[in-house]
Amino acid sequence: MFLELFFQYLVAGLTYGTIYAVVGIGFNIIYNTTGIINFAQGEFVMLGGMTAVSLHAFLPLPLAIAGAVLVTMAVGGLIEMLFIRWLVKPSVLRMIIITIGVSILIREGALHLWGEGIRSLPYFTGNEVSAIEIGGVRVSPQVLWALGVAAIVVLLLNVFFHYTMLGREMRACASNRDAAALCGIPTRNMVTLSFVVSAGIGALAGCVVSPITQTQYGIGAGLAIKGFTVAILGGLGNSMAAVGAGFILGILESFSIWVMPTAYKDAISITILLAMLFARPSGLFGNSEAARLKEF
Amino acid sequence: MFQRFRHITALAAAIAAVQLLTAATGKEFFLTQLTMAGYYTLVIIGLCLLMGYAGQISLGHAGFFAIGGYTSAVLTTVDLSAWKAAPAISLLAKSGILTGRADLYGGQILTVHPWAAFLCALCITIVVAFLIGVPVLKLKGHYLAMATLGFGTIIYSVVLATSRFGAADGISSVPAFPLLPGLAVTGGSSQRVANYYFAWLLVTVGMLLLINLIHSRVGRALRSIHGAEDAAGAMGVDAARYKLNTFILSAVYAAVAGVFLTHYNGGIGPSEASIMKSVRYVAIVAVGGMGSLWGTLIMSAVLNFLSLRGYFGTFDDAVFGSILIAVMLFSPEGVLKLDIRSLVGRWIRTDRKAGA
Repeated sequence: MFLELFFQYLVAGLTYGTIYAVVGIGFNIIYNTTGIINFAQGEFVMLGGMTAVSLHAFLPLPLAIAGAVLVTMAVGGLIEMLFIRWLVKPSVLRMIIITIGVSILIREGALHLWGEGIRSLPYFTGNEVSAIEIGGVRVSPQVLWALGVAAIVVLLLNVFFHYTMLGREMRACASNRDAAALCGIPTRNMVTLSFVVSAGIGALAGCVVSPITQTQYGIGAGLAIKGFTVAILGGLGNSMAAVGAGFILGILESFSIWVMPTAYKDAISITILLAMLFARPSGLFGNSEAARLKEF
Repeated sequence: MFQRFRHITALAAAIAAVQLLTAATGKEFFLTQLTMAGYYTLVIIGLCLLMGYAGQISLGHAGFFAIGGYTSAVLTTVDLSAWKAAPAISLLAKSGILTGRADLYGGQILTVHPWAAFLCALCITIVVAFLIGVPVLKLKGHYLAMATLGFGTIIYSVVLATSRFGAADGISSVPAFPLLPGLAVTGGSSQRVANYYFAWLLVTVGMLLLINLIHSRVGRALRSIHGAEDAAGAMGVDAARYKLNTFILSAVYAAVAGVFLTHYNGGIGPSEASIMKSVRYVAIVAVGGMGSLWGTLIMSAVLNFLSLRGYFGTFDDAVFGSILIAVMLFSPEGVLKLDIRSLVGRWIRTDRKAGA
C-alpha cells in the first residue's frame, strides 16, 4: 500500500514536472537570445490550452492543437515585434516591467474572451477513468502523452539547435550578439524567432496537460513562477538541465502534499526558488564561476 | 530648501481644496475613495523611494501591506475572553493592551487594543522585511524581481490557505481605530471628512519625511547606489545597509497603510495581498516617473481614485497593464516628463536608420 502510494505520487510529480520543465525551457530559449526573462511565459501555456479548447468545438483534436500552437506562436512573435524589437538597449528593469505588463494584457484579454470558466481538452486517448497498469501503479494514458510529447519536444529542440542552420544562428546570437551580427546573422529576427519557438512549445505543453490540470485564464502567473524556479534550479540558459530540474520540482511538490496541506504546495516551490537564489544562483547543474560573469 | 516646503504647502492646499470642492458640488461620497486612494498613495510613495531612488524593484509590496492589515485585523477581532482567567491575559487586560468591546451581536468580547495591534503589526513588518531583505537585496535585476514576486506569492497563498485569516473571505467586522476622543479611523459617513484629512495628513507627513531623506546624505548615497553600486561602494557607501534600511522603511509605509485602510474598510481580503496589487503599485511608481516622488504622488491619487470609483469597469487590471507597457515603452522617465518632440524625433531617426 505504502509503495503503491509512493509511486502514485511519483507519477503525479512527473506529470507536473513535465509542464514545469517545458515552461522552464521556454524561459531559457528567450533568455539565451535576448538576456530577457519573459514574465509572460506562463501565459503562452494558458493561451495554447484555451485556444485549443475553442478550436476543438469545430475541428478534430490534432488540428485544434496544431491551430492553437500556431496562434500562440503568432502571438509570441507579435509581442516581440510590438514591444521589444525597437527598444534601443533597454535596461533590465524596463524589460521586466514590459513583460509583466504584457502578461497582464494577455490574461485580461483571455478573461474577456473566454470568461472565468475552467475548461479542458478531452483526453487524447481513453477518458478520465481509463488507466494503464504499470507494475501495480495505475497511470492515466494522458500522463504518458505528456511525458512523450515533452521528450519529443526536447529531442527536436536539440536537433534544431545543433543540426539546423537556423538553430545554429540562434545559438550564435545567444553566445555573442555583436559577433553574430558581423557574420551576417539577422540578430533581430533571431530574437523574434526565439519568442515564436518559446510560445509554440509553451502552447503545446498547455494542450497536452489541459485534460489533467484544466485550463483557466489565470493559470499563467503561477506557472511562470514554477517555470522560473525550474530554470534557476537547472541553471539559467541551460535547457536540458531544466528538464531534470522540472522533474525534481514536480516530485518535491507532489510529495509535499503527503506532509503538508495542499494549499501550501505553491509556497514550497517558491521557498525552493528563494533558497536557490540565495545559496546557488548558478543552478544545481550550473557552473558558479561562469554564472558570476553573467549580467543579471 | 524653501522649495520643499512650498511643495508641501501646495499639497496641503490641494488636499483642502479637493475637500471643499466635493462639499461645494455635493459629491462628498467621493471622499471615501479619495481616503482609500490616500492610503494606497502612502504605499506607493514608500515604494517610490525604494525603486526610484535606491533602484531596487519590489514585486511583493502588497505582501507588506497585507502583513500590516492582517496582523491588525486578526488581533483586533480575535476573542480572548475565554482565557480571561489566565494570568498573562488578565495582566494584559489590566495594562490596557487588551480591551473589551461589544461584538456585532452584542456579546462582550476581549480583543487587543487597536494601538497595540498597530505597534505589533509594525514590529512584525520590520522583522519580516529584515529577514527577507538581507538575502533578497543581494540579488539584482531579474533575480530580485522574481524573489520579491515569490515573497508576495507566499504571503498570498498563506493568507488564502489559513482559516485564521479567513481564507478566501478575508476578515470582516474589524473595529474602528480610535485616534483622539471623537475621532476614529472608520468608514462611517459621520467621520468621512475627518478620515479624509487623516489619511492625507499621513501622506503629507510621509512625504515630508521622504523628501527630507532624499535631500540628505542618505538620499545622495541611495542615488549613487542606483547609478553604480560598485562605484558607490568604492566611495565608502555601505550599499547593503542603505538598501536594507530603505527596503524596511518602504515596507513600514506599506504596513501603516495596510493597518489604517483595514480599519477604515472594516475588513481585509486576500486580494489586498495579490500579485496584481503589487504590480499595480509598481505601475504607478513607473507612471509617476521612477525618481519623482511628486509625480508618483499625483499619479497615485488620480489613478487610484479613478480605479476605486470603478471608472475602468472590468478593464481595471488591463488598464494598469496597458499603462505599465505604454510608460515603459515611450517614457521610462514617467508621464510628467514625457517629451513629445524628442519622442517623435527618435521615431523619425530610427525610421531613417532602418531605411538606410
